[in-house]
Amino acid sequence: MPSWLLLLLVPFVVLNVVIGMVTYVTLLERKFAARMQSRIGPYRVGPHGLLQPIADALKLMMKEDIVPDAADRTVYNLAPIVFLIPCMLIFATIPFAPGLGVGDVNIGILFFLAVSAMEIVGLFMAGWGSNNKYALLSAMRAVNQIISYDLPFIFAALIPVLLTGSLKLGDIAAAQQGSLLKWFILYPVIGQLAFVMFIVSTLAAENRVPFDILEAESELVAGFRVEYSGMKFALIQLGEYAHMIGSSFLGALLFLGAWSGPGPEYLGPLWFLLKAMFVFLLVTWIRWSFVRIRVDQILALSWKALLPATLMLLISTAVVVVWRTGGF
Amino acid sequence: MLDVDNKTRVEMDWSGPERLQMNMGPQHPSAHGVFRAILGLQGETVVDVDAVIGYLHRCHEKLSETLTYAQYPSIASKTDYVAAMTSEFAYVLAAEEIGKFEVPKRAQYLRVIVAELQRIASHLLWLGTWCMDMGGALGGGATIFLYCIREREDILDLFESLVGARLLYGFFQVGGTRYDIPDGWAEQCRTTIDRIDSRVNEYEQMLEDNAFFLARTQGVGTVSRELAEDVGIAGPLLRGSGVNFDLRKNVPYSSYGDFDFTVPVETAGDCYARYKVRMAEFRQASTIVRQALDALPSGPISSRPALKSVAQIRIPKGEAYARVEGPRGEVGSYIVSDGSAKPYRMKWRGASFSNLAILPHIIPGHKVADVVAIMGSVDPVFGEVDR
Repeated sequence: MPSWLLLLLVPFVVLNVVIGMVTYVTLLERKFAARMQSRIGPYRVGPHGLLQPIADALKLMMKEDIVPDAADRTVYNLAPIVFLIPCMLIFATIPFAPGLGVGDVNIGILFFLAVSAMEIVGLFMAGWGSNNKYALLSAMRAVNQIISYDLPFIFAALIPVLLTGSLKLGDIAAAQQGSLLKWFILYPVIGQLAFVMFIVSTLAAENRVPFDILEAESELVAGFRVEYSGMKFALIQLGEYAHMIGSSFLGALLFLGAWSGPGPEYLGPLWFLLKAMFVFLLVTWIRWSFVRIRVDQILALSWKALLPATLMLLISTAVVVVWRTGGF
Repeated sequence: MLDVDNKTRVEMDWSGPERLQMNMGPQHPSAHGVFRAILGLQGETVVDVDAVIGYLHRCHEKLSETLTYAQYPSIASKTDYVAAMTSEFAYVLAAEEIGKFEVPKRAQYLRVIVAELQRIASHLLWLGTWCMDMGGALGGGATIFLYCIREREDILDLFESLVGARLLYGFFQVGGTRYDIPDGWAEQCRTTIDRIDSRVNEYEQMLEDNAFFLARTQGVGTVSRELAEDVGIAGPLLRGSGVNFDLRKNVPYSSYGDFDFTVPVETAGDCYARYKVRMAEFRQASTIVRQALDALPSGPISSRPALKSVAQIRIPKGEAYARVEGPRGEVGSYIVSDGSAKPYRMKWRGASFSNLAILPHIIPGHKVADVVAIMGSVDPVFGEVDR
């Protein structure tokens, strides 16, 4: 196979697998939430509701696409695409097995963090372009939240980087292979604290309850996407879930040893997927059992507690790493 | 201090430190019916609120002039459809007071049982919707909402086997009750309230051990005792502000004096205090139901003879005001009778209507997110506000 074909094929496969996963992750979340709430969840479409995501996607495609008269048409129409692209790009540097990925570049984690912060542009465009008061308030909250929560998110994600000594995601995963004890979540004290902080800031970065003040449907109806319908709405939804899955993969890679697991080597991607789904369900579990907190409390939590805590942890990790390698 | 009195109308293309006027309702996920609050916002802070009601007006008072005393109780339940038994109760009490009807002891106890079950059902719905306001339909709020609805179903099942209807009952009639409890109902009722008692403990654990829930409710929407008395709010709101006033204790009606229960009072006056009062009322209501079931006397359930026509029951000339302690506060019914089979005039005092008057006093100064928390803690039912 010529190498240029491979260069095109791998991203194509990854993109489609991600889109397929997004559709089925919605079903997973709905089933999981339903069990938490002593319900059954989707059950009618196909056996055990397995075709429900397909039916949802078809429904969204057939919905009328409404653009409000007062909307800024260019911004309004561009926003879902601008939002979706960074959400999809974050998968570019994730290695799903040794050497299996779009591009395991040597600054992989920086790429991930930088690109995932870009989605705010799409969010703000959606909120501004809709020319709706709810959407505007939501867009302003979004900017607030991203500024406050990207820093703890980055600091928490940098701790495995310090422990490994490399920004390359493949190296971080490789450092955790071989034994369960090498997983960074089992690194004494630092690992567990970092994982908790990572999950909390992930919740905020993904706009899940208790930090979902952007969509806050009891206050702002649906927030920045209140005016969107049909496929544009579906694109925003797709982007959100893609971001969530991407963050889950990152969490599994940074803390849970990526593809390390029992069995032959070709089972590696499966273990990685299972771990990512574990992180996803952890986030979902929190989402479906907490109430939302207020915008000022979110900011206070970030700037007064989470940011200093992650910063302290980062510094102490650096000290520990230097001490263990005999740098003093 | 923000200038609350000076209202300006600002549209989207505003510039400078002016206000953003935002509608919350009448079509809004957390409007609890059809309530429209026009919020004046400065950033995220609410600086003024204009409450608009009347979207659910159905001419209830005028309608009652066209319906006889035998017909109206089942319509009265439509004023406050979340606590339908309460409004029926108030109506028949007023009619009985004018007509000096004797109500058999068994009927009085049955009335107490259904009124207290209704209080539990209504509070369950309040807890669920309130948490959904704060927690989101796609979050922990929806979880507790569905738990509450599951328990409320059990009470609706009890009412269904008693009356045949699940939401609007027509259980009361002038002179007693329309139905007696079927076989095995008392046992079913006991197991249901035992189960609900244990589940309410679970909800308390789920909410009170949750720092986010406390952050959203404590110190939010504080109503001082003076303000509460001035505005004339009633029920759990009043008791959450430190006023020990409960019609069941202070002006006992329908044999409430026979039962041993306490009136929970909290002094903080915030959303959390109102929550604590209602959670305690769950326990008190089930105590009353258990006592009433244990001591249920035998005998007739109504002093009214069987009727051949709905217009057969007539009430002498006179007027009376009867009030009961509903889940939301004092529900009153004022009837003027001219001696015919229908009231000459009829007036409702809806608890939600009076409680709603507190909103403009406590909302300004809070964040947008607090508005829904405060509104949920007031627990208005718009059928009762607009009638």
